[in-house]
Amino acid sequence: MKFAPFDYVCTRSLAEVYDLIEARGPDARILAGGQSLLTTLALRLSEPSVLLDIGGLQELRFIEERNGAIHVGALTRHCELETSPLIAARLPLIAQAMPHVAHAAIRNRGTIGGSLSLADPAAELPACMLALDAAIVLASRDGERRVRAEAFFKGLYHTDVRPGELLVRVEITPLEKEWRFHFAEFSRRRGDYAMVGLAAAARGPGPLPEELRLAFLGCGDRPVRAREAERVASGSASAPRAERYSALRRALEKDLEPQSDPNASSETRMHLAAVLADRAIEALSG
Amino acid sequence: MNDSMAARPAPLVTVTMTVNGRSVTRSVEPRTHLIDFLRNELDLTGSHLGCEHGVCGACTVRVDGDIVRGCLVLAVQLEGARVETIEGISASGEITDLQEAFVRRNALQCGYCTPGMLMCAAEFLRTRPSADREAIRDFISGNYCRCTGYHAIVDAIAETVEARRSAKGRGGHR
Ligand SMILES: Cc1cc2nc3c(=O)[nH]c(=O)nc-3n(C[C@H](O)[C@H](O)[C@H](O)COP(=O)(O)OP(=O)(O)OC[C@H]3O[C@@H](n4cnc5c(N)ncnc54)[C@H](O)[C@@H]3O)c2cc1C
Ligand code: FES
Ligand code: FES
Repeated sequence: MKFAPFDYVCTRSLAEVYDLIEARGPDARILAGGQSLLTTLALRLSEPSVLLDIGGLQELRFIEERNGAIHVGALTRHCELETSPLIAARLPLIAQAMPHVAHAAIRNRGTIGGSLSLADPAAELPACMLALDAAIVLASRDGERRVRAEAFFKGLYHTDVRPGELLVRVEITPLEKEWRFHFAEFSRRRGDYAMVGLAAAARGPGPLPEELRLAFLGCGDRPVRAREAERVASGSASAPRAERYSALRRALEKDLEPQSDPNASSETRMHLAAVLADRAIEALSG
Repeated sequence: MNDSMAARPAPLVTVTMTVNGRSVTRSVEPRTHLIDFLRNELDLTGSHLGCEHGVCGACTVRVDGDIVRGCLVLAVQLEGARVETIEGISASGEITDLQEAFVRRNALQCGYCTPGMLMCAAEFLRTRPSADREAIRDFISGNYCRCTGYHAIVDAIAETVEARRSAKGRGGHR
């Protein structure tokens, strides 16, 4: 469908964005890559009165190391994360996840800030932020505040971003050398939003993970750390495959509340989640 | 659509961009996406609209050298940008071999998806050429074709990858 009419401002600075948000009120919407916002306008799911385009704010487009942490600016595009040597070397989980995010034409414009602000429960980057315990940095005229990923995602398309705030960057301290990473998902076609996905990290120099983080996507109203399964997994890593699946499945019943939709029933999702957890442990062992 | 346009007109915005090497300046409504801009303002009707909300890929064009969904980009976002359409990359000869392979392999029937499919395949050839059928299918998974069943499209792309590779091996300019 055609978009309903709106005004458009190509903003030149963060200060100008704050002014405009104040002046235009809740009807103003931030336009980053537009790969989700413009689809909702095309479906007439929302009709903002003005789009504040932040796409030209180069100060929000960077990937760099500062004091041992990797800082990623909100306007960093998916394709830039996908091909960044720094990300590949220091945050390999994100490098593994990126090819699953939409299609090349969409990755060429979609941004990390947009993906995290949207908070689609089936999106890859939010789950990676959870697995890596990222800090999400929000800025307003009053300054910056940092929110841990787990507190940032509050529900279906619902985050901790307050009126007048902008997501400006994420800060991720890479886990130590002995951590290994694994990303996998089930989707109907490559590039579709996943039915279920898993961002996993495991620590341990030995063959079996001593510490495990399992962050699921597509299994609830937000990305979820499966803490019960993490506990069970450490104990059952060496168990026979079928036994391990059952133990993981029982634990995941406590951790996850997958919904049914035309793509997959909640039962199917629960099964796929256990399969992914089992495969992750296999991949991350020895 | 015309009703709401009449009810709440937005001020026009003037935008200048380069399309297929030619600089163009137009004043447009902010809501004009790139495909309506190309088709209605510039009469470049090779870029198609299928779903008009990001899922089918019929609108695939290049902006600053990379493919994008034209229906998910506003013309006003493209101040100073370099746009290339199927008309541009056909005229330049960049994909003549690919287009010939599409014809030879019957990789189009109604042709509605073809301009977008060619833009997408051109990006594949440019950035990660591989004759591996799975890799090709992964890359074109965002471009729908309701006629061919894809097999012939994969054939045509794989054949072009191979042909360019052997031309290179023989010291050809590709
Ligand atoms: C066909 C299709 C398939 C897709 N498949 C996937 C997929 O498999 N996985 C996936 O993760 N995503 C997928 N996406 C979504 C894509 O990754 C989007 O690019 C991303 O979710 C949003 O990023 P954006 O920069 O385009 O944001 P926009 O669309 O510009 O904005 C999204 C929302 O966030 C707000 N916003 C944007 N930036 C900020 C900021 N810095 N601060 C505060 N608010 C902000 C906007 O106001 C808007 O409400 C798909 C999209 C399409 C069209
Ligand atoms: S018309 Fe743009 S993706 Fe379908
Ligand atoms: S040839 Fe008809 S849609 Fe592809």
